[in-house]
Amino acid sequence: MGEKNDKKEKKSKKEKLPRQQMPEQKADVRKHNFDEVPLGYTKQMAMQEASRCLQCKKPACVEGCPVEIDIPEFIRYIQAGDFTKAIRHIWQRNSLPAICGRVCPQEDQCEGLCILGKKDEPVAIGHLERFAADYERHYGTGELPPKAESTGKRVAVVGSGPSGLTVAGDLILKGHEVTVFEAFHKGGGVLIYGIPEFRLPKEIVAQELNFLERLGVKIQCNEVVGKTTTLDELFEEGYEAIYLGVGAGLPRFLNIPGENLVGIYSANEYLTRANLMKAYRFPEYDTPLVKGKDVAVFGAGNVAMDAARTAMRMGADNVRIIYRRSREEMPAREAEIHHAEEEGIQFYLLTAPTRFMGNDQGRVSGMECLQMELGEPDDSGRRRPLPVKGSEFQLDCDLAVIAVGAGANPLLTQSTPELQLNKWGYVIADEKTGKTTKKGVWAGGDIVTGAATVILAAGAGRQCSNSIHDYLTIGW
Amino acid sequence: MFEIVKRKEMAQGTVVLNEIKAPKIAAKAKPGQFVILKANETGERIPLTMAYTDPEKGIIAVIYQVVGKSTALFSTLQEGQGFQDVIGPLGKATEIEKLGTVVCVGGGTGVAVMHPITKAMKEAGNHVIAIIGARTRDLLILEEEMKAASHDLRVCTDDGSYGHHGFVTDVLKQTLEKEDVKLVVGIGPVPMMKFVTKMTKEYNVKTLVSLNSIMVDGTGMCGCCRVSVGGETRFACVDGPEFDGHLVDFEELSKRLQAYTDMEKESYEQFKCACQS
Ligand SMILES: Cc1cc2nc3c(=O)[nH]c(=O)nc-3n(C[C@H](O)[C@H](O)[C@H](O)COP(=O)(O)OP(=O)(O)OC[C@H]3O[C@@H](n4cnc5c(N)ncnc54)[C@H](O)[C@@H]3O)c2cc1C
Ligand SMILES: Cc1cc2nc3c(=O)[nH]c(=O)nc-3n(C[C@H](O)[C@H](O)[C@H](O)COP(=O)(O)OP(=O)(O)OC[C@H]3O[C@@H](n4cnc5c(N)ncnc54)[C@H](O)[C@@H]3O)c2cc1C
Ligand code: SF4
Ligand code: SF4
Ligand code: FES
Repeated sequence: MGEKNDKKEKKSKKEKLPRQQMPEQKADVRKHNFDEVPLGYTKQMAMQEASRCLQCKKPACVEGCPVEIDIPEFIRYIQAGDFTKAIRHIWQRNSLPAICGRVCPQEDQCEGLCILGKKDEPVAIGHLERFAADYERHYGTGELPPKAESTGKRVAVVGSGPSGLTVAGDLILKGHEVTVFEAFHKGGGVLIYGIPEFRLPKEIVAQELNFLERLGVKIQCNEVVGKTTTLDELFEEGYEAIYLGVGAGLPRFLNIPGENLVGIYSANEYLTRANLMKAYRFPEYDTPLVKGKDVAVFGAGNVAMDAARTAMRMGADNVRIIYRRSREEMPAREAEIHHAEEEGIQFYLLTAPTRFMGNDQGRVSGMECLQMELGEPDDSGRRRPLPVKGSEFQLDCDLAVIAVGAGANPLLTQSTPELQLNKWGYVIADEKTGKTTKKGVWAGGDIVTGAATVILAAGAGRQCSNSIHDYLTIGW
Repeated sequence: MFEIVKRKEMAQGTVVLNEIKAPKIAAKAKPGQFVILKANETGERIPLTMAYTDPEKGIIAVIYQVVGKSTALFSTLQEGQGFQDVIGPLGKATEIEKLGTVVCVGGGTGVAVMHPITKAMKEAGNHVIAIIGARTRDLLILEEEMKAASHDLRVCTDDGSYGHHGFVTDVLKQTLEKEDVKLVVGIGPVPMMKFVTKMTKEYNVKTLVSLNSIMVDGTGMCGCCRVSVGGETRFACVDGPEFDGHLVDFEELSKRLQAYTDMEKESYEQFKCACQS
């Protein structure tokens, strides 16, 4: 009896341990630099946080993770201080944990379903995943996983975003020869050109690429497939299977008057200049970027938060997020909205732009907006924003970034008519295998689903790599 | 690295030719297409049209005018050195058809861009009249090459130091008066293209121009290069660079080209200082 009571007491104590907050750079400091915002757990903090996990028999968290990492198991290793085992366990399902731990929308995925979250705060699964990966990066042996015997088969991966990198990593370990073709001069996809340094240090992405190269993956940058080479030419060169992980690289604009004024960017351009081209270090780096005092960012996803926070770091006085729906519909990660608010980003909700005004040099100087109200639910199930008559108002604006989503870039698909596309231009691929309508060609990630998440892109890559392996060893 | 196998200065060193080893691009490139080059780790991505290619030797050639930091940096690269990155071929190729009489008007370094198009137009069976111009004789480039590429070459200089005294548009006007011209291709500085299209509109002759908007990726992912053509927004890097000159909003283009003037000046000044010290 006594023993049982003891256990009960232990358990209830466990629940009361508060979620370990990750230390962060202070808002008024970090808004002037590009260094990473959350600083990471110490060993003690990680073990402490891990001890909050109830080790559920039927862990709900796992159902929330698109790649079904065995979460309680890796957490158990962290709690026991065996970080090496923890990371090896994660790797079995996810090859990019340092990245996913930082950028997954955990509140909608693993942590959103964690049982502790019902009454208290969920276990900080993302932070723990990040910790295990960072620990390995700093203190690991760097030892490479064993590779299967060479099959002599060659695979081409087009695009070096999270989905392409996952495919490359999987297939090289299975003994195939893998070359990744990337249009940009640097690999990493959105991880390198889109997500800013203060959220995902580029050193981490570089390390992932380096890891693949050490395994023998060839990363061939400056190769625009569809232009420099076509898929058929890749087959002629001896590649037996091709994976398309080209992302959703087509900017969307607002299509309102004045949008071509100088100082109005697509988020793709603004972030590519800032991150990939390192415009925030101009003139040390040669690529310039308009610095705004009054900045407007349209949209409220992760991309919008990244653009807004970048503009703040470039020295803006006012940064405004302009979003036509309400707070509940904002698609960004909880942490990003919170960080943006702390950094002084202003939120203009239920607000839609109608036009931009310019000065005589053709630079944007202001904009006009309309107030919106929520009407009946639309196709997406969200209440449709409707303009309030006569509610026009004007704001100063000398830099605007449009972050209202991305579409499918037609560059490659146009050069490959056998690839069937859906009505939005995304590649049609089998849901289970990732096979496209062209023999020997697979596709996954944003080019199939539309702009989604890193972990979904990586998960799609994993599925495809299994199917590609079957094809190379058994047949189509 | 993409090695520079030949380097030549033209127009008193204000224009530089580089032949670059890039076999994959050379094998694919067609007249009118461009490449994006980046000199080093900290460099900008700069678009330049291929002036000619030699697929057998695996070589592409670019001819560029030194106007700012990046082109100045390019001009310091010697034979045996090279570019960290060269990407291409990008953009749509010029549509080459047999039409009859075609006039190719090139100004400044636009002549370099015009050269492969002129050659291809002639090879397609057109009667090709080329008009090229520069401020002064010493700045004229590719005269011999353009002579060979066309049936009839007419040269002008703004200061009258060589050929016709005046602008390319003067000679174009005379040509349009006298000949049954089916197509004009005009490539050069924005003001020149604007005047060329204004004139050909009067004569109702179809005119192609090649737009040199500022670019980043060159693959249609950023929208930096957007131009208004016939009231619609188009991306110069994938929908162009050539467009129907009568539909282009040149005012907008020239304003967009000034987007970074102050920063570019700062960067160029620093570079010049660093070079001198
Ligand atoms: C600013 C920003 C912030 C984001 N924040 C988050 C976040 O916090 N959390 C999250 O989960 N997700 C986030 N996302 C979404 C996530 O990054 C993407 O869903 C994911 O990167 C998609 O991966 P992918 O491999 O399909 O493609 P991408 O990462 O887009 O990579 C595609 C690669 O293919 C290359 N390519 C394209 N065409 C060609 C061609 N023809 N030839 C050769 N190469 C080509 C591209 O240059 C690119 O490098 C964010 C996206 C952006 C833009
Ligand atoms: C498709 C395409 C093909 C081109 N082909 C050639 C070519 O064959 N030869 C050649 O000499 N140039 C060409 N250009 C122009 C060339 O890219 C620019 O001259 C170059 O980017 C200038 O860079 P910079 O850093 O040296 O000068 P910057 O410091 O960037 O600019 C200096 C001055 O040049 C102007 N400028 C900036 N960018 C451009 C631009 N893209 N075009 C014109 N003026 C610009 C600026 O307004 C500024 O006043 C091409 C441009 C495009 C888009
Ligand atoms: S990969 Fe993402 S969803 Fe899965 S456990 Fe890690 S943070 Fe959660
Ligand atoms: S649901 Fe929460 S408490 Fe349960 S195993 Fe998962 S992380 Fe641990
Ligand atoms: S240069 Fe980026 S879309 Fe044209």
